[in-house]
Amino acid sequence: MTDKASARAQAADLAVRVRGLRKQYRGATAVAGIDLDIERGEIFALLGPNGAGKTTTIEILEGHRRRDAGDVAVLGADPSGSGRAWRARIGVVPQTPTTTGELTVREMVSHFGAYFPDPRDPDEVIEEVGLAEQARTRLRRLSGGQLRRVDVAVGIVGRPELLFLDEPTTGFDPQARRRFWDLIARLAGDGTTIVLTTHYLDEAAALASRVGVVSEGRVVATGTPADLGRSDDTATVSWQAPDGIRSVRTPAPAGCVMRLAKEAGGEVPGLTVTRPSLEDRYLELIGAGSGASAGTTQDGAAQ
Amino acid sequence: MIAASEPGRQARLARDDRPAARAALPALVRVSLIRGIVEIRQFSRQRENVVFTVSLPVILLLLFGQIFHGEVGATGVSFRQYFIAGIIASGLMSATFVGVGVSIAADRDDGTLVRLAGTPLPPAAYFAGKAILAFFTALLEVAALLAVGVAILGLNLPATPERWFTLAWVLVLASATCSMLGIAVGVVIRSTRSAFATMNLPYLVLSFISGVYFVFSRLPAGLQHIAAIFPLKWICQGLRSAFLPDRLLAAEPAHSWEHGKTALVLGIWLVASLVLCVRTFRWQRQG
Repeated sequence: MTDKASARAQAADLAVRVRGLRKQYRGATAVAGIDLDIERGEIFALLGPNGAGKTTTIEILEGHRRRDAGDVAVLGADPSGSGRAWRARIGVVPQTPTTTGELTVREMVSHFGAYFPDPRDPDEVIEEVGLAEQARTRLRRLSGGQLRRVDVAVGIVGRPELLFLDEPTTGFDPQARRRFWDLIARLAGDGTTIVLTTHYLDEAAALASRVGVVSEGRVVATGTPADLGRSDDTATVSWQAPDGIRSVRTPAPAGCVMRLAKEAGGEVPGLTVTRPSLEDRYLELIGAGSGASAGTTQDGAAQ
Repeated sequence: MIAASEPGRQARLARDDRPAARAALPALVRVSLIRGIVEIRQFSRQRENVVFTVSLPVILLLLFGQIFHGEVGATGVSFRQYFIAGIIASGLMSATFVGVGVSIAADRDDGTLVRLAGTPLPPAAYFAGKAILAFFTALLEVAALLAVGVAILGLNLPATPERWFTLAWVLVLASATCSMLGIAVGVVIRSTRSAFATMNLPYLVLSFISGVYFVFSRLPAGLQHIAAIFPLKWICQGLRSAFLPDRLLAAEPAHSWEHGKTALVLGIWLVASLVLCVRTFRWQRQG
């Protein structure tokens, strides 16, 4: 960051650039200093448990919520003071599903398109989200998953450069989620930058090109799903000791096993050597790992 | 400014210029009309909405027709004819002020506002859509009241083209003013459940003191003065000037229809509530 001009040039090419973002609600901290760089064309997932600050963050990026502190640039502009022209370049799928029901799918999508300068053909959008058969059905007759796809259709009908999706698949059955992921991947393939929040690890892993793990208002790790999965080279060695199961986390598991074998004078009962899974890593990052691996300590002293 | 040796940067700038080069945003009038059509479509498809909005004042009119007989003073004008103006005014305020306030609260509850916030739709077009819907329901209601009034109660329609013109401008101005007031109050309401009570309280109080249920000049002077601050009194008076002959001016407190003053009071309320709406409206409540 020594060269301000090059930082600015770089920022111009970023879809989203956030520095030191903070937000409090009546003294309770929702976002405690977040930095983010999201490049154009990425599918970026903000992954974290409920209450981690994902929705607050995305709502600030969408220009729907004011921030207390920090710098935010979305498509090169500050969302808090941005006008209609900026808004026409983004698409928003909010967390709460639509519950209005008197319009048909086609009416809903086409009238939202009419608010934008250069909307897509509503029928094409409806086809793309897989609702062609329901185009003439009123919204109140649709299932939850179908309504969510209407939300996406409304979010993309304006031909956005950047699409925000706030927990898009909550409440979906597994099959509907797969279809939804395919849809998002297709949109990204067409060049749309996608920023989504989710509390499903598998969703972030399957969909995102990069993941930011959010916990207690901070981004605690950023990287590709594969990066996050192999964060360090430690493995966990566990065995059955006379007083219960013992675990050691070590960067040199082979040496540890040899030592154990020597101490035991042969086979070590219940011996396992495991590498942390993406899920272990995630739970550890969000500070929920303490319960899952209570017996594991760095020095091997079981608690 | 742009060095020719920076093709990458130039391409980037060209891409950043794209928003300016693309199609312009749709005009405010156009999106306002689209909002109006969508609002009317949604309203009309909820049959109970339509039936309720239209039937309540019609039932009120029929009840008044049964309860009141005789004339206002010695003017030769029947009480029924006198009250048609008040019932139209009251029905109009219910359809516009209460209707708009409740529908904004409902839009907030069902996620419509959040969804609209994500689009380039200007709030003014959203307000205009509500005003268009309000005017549509008000017309529906007035038509129903006049049809029932003439067919069943033998009421007289406005007697001259001038009085029809008075009816028209009072309806348009009253509907616009009450819609904007409805928006101004509606945006601060927390939920649909509290919306009915919040919107109906001022509406009912004003109905009682503005000459809907009683001959206005027979109300206590103090109440008359209070009522004169608010729009409903002037809407009633404006409508009476359309439906009643001039010989009834004897029963008016000012002994005049005061058209100029009516337009002025309604106009002030309209502008004031419009300013309030524009300044206070947020698509999403800030936490």
